[in-house]
Amino acid sequence: MSHDPKQLVGSQPPLLYPPYKSTIHRAPREPLIRLPESLSDLDMPVYGSFPMAETDNDLTRQYPDEPQGQRIAVAGRVLDEDGRPLRDTLVEMWQTNAGGRYRHAKDDHPAPLDPNFGGAGRTLTDAEGRYHFTTIRPGAYPWRNHDNAWRPAHIHFSIFGWCFRTRLVTQMYFPDDPLFAYDPVLLAIRDERARQRLVSHFDLALTTPEWALGYRFDIVVRGSDATPFEGRT
Amino acid sequence: MSDGERDLVATASETVGPFFHFGLATDTALGCVADPSVPGDHITLAFRVTDGEGVAVPDALVEIWQVDAQGAPAPPPASVGHPAAFRGFGRLATNEHGQCDFHTVRPGRAGGSHADPQAPHINICLFARGLLRQVHTRVYFAGDPGLADDAVLALVPAGRRATLLATRDAADSARWLFDLRLQGERETVFFDV
Ligand SMILES: [Fe+3]
Repeated sequence: MSHDPKQLVGSQPPLLYPPYKSTIHRAPREPLIRLPESLSDLDMPVYGSFPMAETDNDLTRQYPDEPQGQRIAVAGRVLDEDGRPLRDTLVEMWQTNAGGRYRHAKDDHPAPLDPNFGGAGRTLTDAEGRYHFTTIRPGAYPWRNHDNAWRPAHIHFSIFGWCFRTRLVTQMYFPDDPLFAYDPVLLAIRDERARQRLVSHFDLALTTPEWALGYRFDIVVRGSDATPFEGRT
Repeated sequence: MSDGERDLVATASETVGPFFHFGLATDTALGCVADPSVPGDHITLAFRVTDGEGVAVPDALVEIWQVDAQGAPAPPPASVGHPAAFRGFGRLATNEHGQCDFHTVRPGRAGGSHADPQAPHINICLFARGLLRQVHTRVYFAGDPGLADDAVLALVPAGRRATLLATRDAADSARWLFDLRLQGERETVFFDV
């Protein structure tokens, strides 16, 4: 599929975005060197051959008791830009608990840990590229990027796709979060439509009556024509 | 997404953030790319990641991807959870000194053609807080006879090529050291793939 270049501009964040302070000393400053597809060996598959436990895609069942918070399903499809579903691809995710705290030694946000919530999940997509997680809705959390900075509630996602060229790490958000307007991590993506694509949709069909709400989040990895990143920032 | 929007555009990348470890880096077995039974020259590839001020990056995630000693890609796993002896893929988080060590075999030639030969190399994908999207680079081996006619190195300004070379540890000939400098003096060459 060939894209109108205008549609791609701003669809990926730049490396340097000073409002997100950590980019200032970490973003490479030299121009990236375009690696022609013919010279790359990044198109051979990466296998998600990780051991998989039965509760890996259900974060509410990984501890003896149930976690605190709003139980939700998060599900969607993994496709490429050519519309092809990615089957058997590894989808990993991690998130805070309902109070906005990560189970991580370096997260010192003064919100309680939940003894019944780890916050990490993984699964393989099915033949139609579908994935499904059961979890609880994560919380917003403060960070020290600027005065009174808060990250909107999000779930981190990692996808391998066909090969290393389609490797993607991203974040999924929840509809209508008032923190979107203040979040430099999200605002680094210039194109409003591209930002909106990171926001999941409430989906009544994904809910389970008297049990869980449901949010849909489809993930698209780069297609076969693989416009390089710099053409998309 | 509106119904009228038929063209699919790749989802935007976002930073891995500082707290990915319990999601992506719990399995330290992913530091081993090749089991001892795999033929080839077994090496340790030791990374050190630093930022524009020369400070160690203690929260980076390094992924490596390579062919085996014969230049062949990893075979598919026999089944989920039973990876092949040569996995071709490794993933580790850096420690508080910005370092991580992979065990692997020195790769053979791959990814080139008669017209565009490529020297043996390992593909690197790096994630970190402060990287809104991953960066890609390559590790070549200092002294390799193939370096002179490598088609990718030929695209790199001569003065920057050395940033892509791993060097042998003077104290351990099976240990190769690779400094990955995100920014500043002798900044590592990164590729737009
Ligand atoms: Fe986060």
